[in-house]
Amino acid sequence: MSAAASIAAMAAIEKSPGYWSGVLTRLRRDPVAMVALAVVLALILMAIFAPWVAPNDPYRSSMIRRLRPIGTPGFPLGTDELGRDMLSRLIYGARLSLLMGVMPVIIAFFVGSAIGITAGFVGGRVNTVLMRTIDVFFAFPSVLLAIALSGALGAGIFNGLLSLTVVFIPPIARIAESVTTGVRKIEYVEAARASGASGFTIVRVHVLGNVIGPIFVYATSLISVSLILASGLSFLGLGVKPPEPEWGLMLNTLRNAIYVQPWVAALPGVMIFITSVSFNLLSDGLRSAMDLKA
Amino acid sequence: MSTAMSTMMSTAMSEPLVDMRDVTVRFGGARPVHAVNGIDLRLNAGETLSILGESGSGKSVTLKTLLRILPEQRTAIGGTIRIAGVDVTALSGRALADHRGGVVSMIFQDPMLALDPVYTIGEQIAETVVRHEGVSRAEGMARALEMLTRVRIPSPERRLKSYPHEMSGGMRQRAMIALALVCRPKLLLADEPTTALDATVQIQILLLLRELQREFGMGMIFVTHDIGVAVEISDRVAVMYAGQFVETGAVRDIIRDPKHPYTRGLLAANLHGAHKGARLDAIPGAPPALDALPDGCPFAPRCPIAEAQCSEGLPPARVFGPQRQVRCLKA
Repeated sequence: MSAAASIAAMAAIEKSPGYWSGVLTRLRRDPVAMVALAVVLALILMAIFAPWVAPNDPYRSSMIRRLRPIGTPGFPLGTDELGRDMLSRLIYGARLSLLMGVMPVIIAFFVGSAIGITAGFVGGRVNTVLMRTIDVFFAFPSVLLAIALSGALGAGIFNGLLSLTVVFIPPIARIAESVTTGVRKIEYVEAARASGASGFTIVRVHVLGNVIGPIFVYATSLISVSLILASGLSFLGLGVKPPEPEWGLMLNTLRNAIYVQPWVAALPGVMIFITSVSFNLLSDGLRSAMDLKA
Repeated sequence: MSTAMSTMMSTAMSEPLVDMRDVTVRFGGARPVHAVNGIDLRLNAGETLSILGESGSGKSVTLKTLLRILPEQRTAIGGTIRIAGVDVTALSGRALADHRGGVVSMIFQDPMLALDPVYTIGEQIAETVVRHEGVSRAEGMARALEMLTRVRIPSPERRLKSYPHEMSGGMRQRAMIALALVCRPKLLLADEPTTALDATVQIQILLLLRELQREFGMGMIFVTHDIGVAVEISDRVAVMYAGQFVETGAVRDIIRDPKHPYTRGLLAANLHGAHKGARLDAIPGAPPALDALPDGCPFAPRCPIAEAQCSEGLPPARVFGPQRQVRCLKA
């Protein structure tokens, strides 16, 4: 009887604000993060709706209107070395560039977290084996590792994604391991064990709940790095192949035009810059919004 | 067996709630640590025992041994431990999970650390109920609300959905108590539950614990280094030093007539009743390192009345009346 009454009482009261709504409120008060978020959302929408947004066919070339300057009627951002519309190619390029920037980080987030949390929670020899293996990957500079891997695997979008994923697993695993090791020593993990929770429950509920935030924030900061690395791979001819529009590849093919139309040639770089800065600022905003305790 | 039982006149008929016999705890490694060295303890349902001692004397290890939450691989537990008639040292798997939080439950020193910051109080209490009793989440939340009311948290409906950081220290400790008692354990272990609280809140928590203990008829083992707290809450006191109970007895007897020099030292070092400007009588020296215990009485190097014979062998537990034991040759 008291149970029924108390359930009714529970339904009657307002819910105290949850953790994520608190994060959202704090994020909303951060103007820089909000601008960055707007830019990121705009870029994503632009990529999704590229066929509707782009004024021209990004693949249609023309020998007679090559390398037109910015502001040419019909081609607001000029044309590239094959006479294709720069604006349309930049819009379409967002698709591959964002995919290459975000996908490796998402996959590495899951794989790296799994490795790091396992190592951190189990500890002992398991930790040593996993983390020293991770350290081997750390020994290589990330750019070099990405180039070596996709060079060995061969050019192509899938191989590019794969090699970038491998590059990002070690740093995420290391962060996950250190956060988990910290959480494991806090008393609530022991308290959970004291109340009869199994090891799996502790990891699923108490460890995951407390470590996923910091790992997530760290992973978002890697998106910009991934974007730049992906562009770098394409620039070197290891990622996307022509004639696909991709910012890194466009930067490469336009580099011969740098003396003729410097502003047009710099445009893909500007896009990479804007995107990676926005992701970085958004990640910074998230970091400070999610930081509950000092 | 019969001699041990004869000291427990009140429980000669039935088995006590807690029955520890010659319990030892060793932590392995390059230099093994002898954390607990031969503890005998019997506690009845509804009774409160305080374990008194300084840092590193093995108080918390004793509690964790009873709950079986010490790391399995590195810990060797000797002797026998029976709680509510069950051999605790032999528990494993499902039975061990039921033991922890179901039969025996623990309140930790700092509720800020012992409560998970990313879940609401209600979710954490409900999780424990669901785990132990297999009820639905809604039922778990209802039980959580009932418990929060029992520990007299103001506006419990709202606090059910609060996160630990939104509550005051005293309220968090009340929530911790609610969490520990929600499955009606037979034995409650409290590891310095008032140390992290300020003085006015301390006494409220002590009164609450005493009241709930009577209401639920639990046995309670209360670890503290504050004699005032021990006097306030317990029926009996066990003074712990270097992993042994050097003196056990009823609170009143120990306060009035401490027999072990260490107990006397602890009482003399108390701040209550000290004169302004007068030096406190601290016990000189430090406890022995637990990886290399002396052969004789572990307190002998610090003892003001030690003699040569004290260092020769471990003093036996001498019985002074019912429930009163002292490990000292000179008592």
